[in-house]
Amino acid sequence: MGRIAPLPKALLIEGATIYDPATGKTRRGDLAVKNGRLIEPEKLGAAKVERLDARGALVTHGFIDIHAHFREPGREDQESLESGSRAALAGGFTRVAVMPNTLPAIDSPEMVRSLLEKAERLPIVLYVIGAISRGREGLELAELLEMQAAGALAFSDDGNPIADGQVLRRALQYTKDVGTPIINHAEDLPLRDGGVMNQSALSTRLGLPGNPVEAEAAMVHRDLLIAQETGGRLHVPHVSTALTVDLVRRFKEAGVPITAEATPHHLGLTEEALRQFDTNAKVAPPLRTEADRQAVVRGLMDGAIDCIATDHAPHTVEEKEQDMIQAPFGMIGLESAFGLANTVLGPAGLAIEKLIDLLTVGPARALGLELTPLEPGSPAELVVLRPDETWTFTEKDIHSRSRNTPMLGMTFNGRVVATISRGSWYTCT
Amino acid sequence: MRTPAISLTNLIGLEGVSRSDIQTLLDTGFYFRDVLDRPIKKVPILTGINVVNLFFESSTRTRISFELAEKRLSAEVVNFSAAASSLSKGEGLKDTVRNIHAMKMDAVVMRHPAPGAALQLSRFVDAVVINAGDGTHEHPTQGLLDMMSIREKFGRIKGLKIGIIGDIAHSRVALSNIFGLNTMGAEVTVCGPGHLIPPFIEELGVTVNGDVDAVLEWADAVNVLRIQRERMGVGIIPSVREYRNRFGLTVERLARHKKEIVILHPGPMNRGVEIDSDVADGDQAIILDQVLNGVAVRMSVLFHLLGARELLEEA
Ligand SMILES: [Zn+2]
Repeated sequence: MGRIAPLPKALLIEGATIYDPATGKTRRGDLAVKNGRLIEPEKLGAAKVERLDARGALVTHGFIDIHAHFREPGREDQESLESGSRAALAGGFTRVAVMPNTLPAIDSPEMVRSLLEKAERLPIVLYVIGAISRGREGLELAELLEMQAAGALAFSDDGNPIADGQVLRRALQYTKDVGTPIINHAEDLPLRDGGVMNQSALSTRLGLPGNPVEAEAAMVHRDLLIAQETGGRLHVPHVSTALTVDLVRRFKEAGVPITAEATPHHLGLTEEALRQFDTNAKVAPPLRTEADRQAVVRGLMDGAIDCIATDHAPHTVEEKEQDMIQAPFGMIGLESAFGLANTVLGPAGLAIEKLIDLLTVGPARALGLELTPLEPGSPAELVVLRPDETWTFTEKDIHSRSRNTPMLGMTFNGRVVATISRGSWYTCT
Repeated sequence: MRTPAISLTNLIGLEGVSRSDIQTLLDTGFYFRDVLDRPIKKVPILTGINVVNLFFESSTRTRISFELAEKRLSAEVVNFSAAASSLSKGEGLKDTVRNIHAMKMDAVVMRHPAPGAALQLSRFVDAVVINAGDGTHEHPTQGLLDMMSIREKFGRIKGLKIGIIGDIAHSRVALSNIFGLNTMGAEVTVCGPGHLIPPFIEELGVTVNGDVDAVLEWADAVNVLRIQRERMGVGIIPSVREYRNRFGLTVERLARHKKEIVILHPGPMNRGVEIDSDVADGDQAIILDQVLNGVAVRMSVLFHLLGARELLEEA
């Protein structure tokens, strides 16, 4: 549970360990915020100062999610910019890149501008990802350069794989000079063949259509080859299979300028979540086997995968109460991202600072951005973490308009206790 | 009649159902089989109990078999058929649940195109749920009636070698057979075109063999699955001729095997495709016994899930 309120004019965060992912440095001390900016604590003055006891806590830069679905415009019953932003703050995220699979799709500079205008009033920074193809149909290139000029930071037809290799090739060539990443939701649909979960002994046992790892790996391999050939900027989203992790690693070692992301659910859950036909665990690409999950974890540990991205995908209760075939793909993930990732990666041996990198500098670099160091004068964009706090994730922790997650009832280690962003602050109660 | 209670409260599938529960369901099935041979075939076991047969896919045989079983037990029966198209309009399980609540049903017998639908339904309703086939997942009463028919013929199930031949990947009958037969100690081999054998099926405790003749040589009984006409000639099964030659139970093929094998088919049959008419109507086939056993074993399931508790308490 938590609340979001206007940020106090003067705030002193006391006794924290401060890790700055922009510099990689850790120090202990206080952080002072005045009128939304960091200042020297001694300059805070004696006037009314709100104090946040951060002893034992870790303060760092707000998290960045480069893969979320806020459904606006068109499906505000699932999520809106407003509700999505609240979910982001509750999860420690202060910047979120939204995917263009809205109604209509974000496939023109006008749409990009309109979204960015609406985003000005939000308590987070919104990044817009434009569609690669007109109407996300995978046929004709959208006005990528005009969208880039209007502020789009990346392009994706997310949800729809670019089936035609030539379209992907042209997109990579066309955007090469501006350097905006092309993000292809890589699943070969004929190979997926209506699969609603990972293809395995379990899918056979449950009688559910299976989606084989090859559906993802084959298309990622194609994409990597085209990226190598064109020199374009490819970003591989939601890596879910051991095969894909190995492919990405190999092409990186060969010097191809690619980046990749993994979701908290692919690093923390397996297809076992589907055993009782839980539609909330139906997601694309699907939850895989334990071996795949471990490969994703290794990829994050050794740098084959650059960052964690949520693929936060809200759907209404009614949609998810359908049967396994009809229910849509996707789960929300912003509120549970840090808890789940830390619960898995901490015991795997990843230092908390490295995890923070995967949630801050990693995603920023994937979008070609640099982080501002946490120093006086910078906007106050912070998250306060208690990495050792154990908590149970319940509906009360959800700020999204939707509640489609298979993680309710899970116990996490590590919690977001406060998020400060653009004049708002979220505090966990 | 004295009969032990079973531990099940719904019948969603045969996966995980204990040996003793299956044993009891079959034993009671044979008891009702005798009832069905009597001049008066109706018993007042489920008087006042309301059962709805909810069919989101047409399946005349299964529905009639259930309906007959319900009526022989004196239950009040409501039939509700909805086209699968209504599901794609979003009129999903939720609306079904509301209707069942409103109708105050004691039991729901459901056929649904989606795997898992019966389990999902059981999470939403208080009524007893009996799965009459959930997509390509399970069809537990079919599994039970197949086992009953096998036991009737051989006097046992344990130690028998059973082949399942056909489109395993799109069959709910195959999974229920595999789970049930494994639990009862039979050996199972599945056989069919390579791309219609689900991946990793060996992990369910079966052997895969693509050679029908080898399977016929090995098996005590074979369960021949229906090949859906929709899959013919659309690039999945190239032609009826090819399927029949490679996988069909033809007269010539059976003649090559000296051993008597028992032949089951869950119906409806494509005569001349997966099975020749002369084979289906021949001495080795127990297809009509299966139909009668289907009614008996469904009576057994209804009795145990709906009636047995009260009867046992009275005893
Ligand atoms: Zn995607």
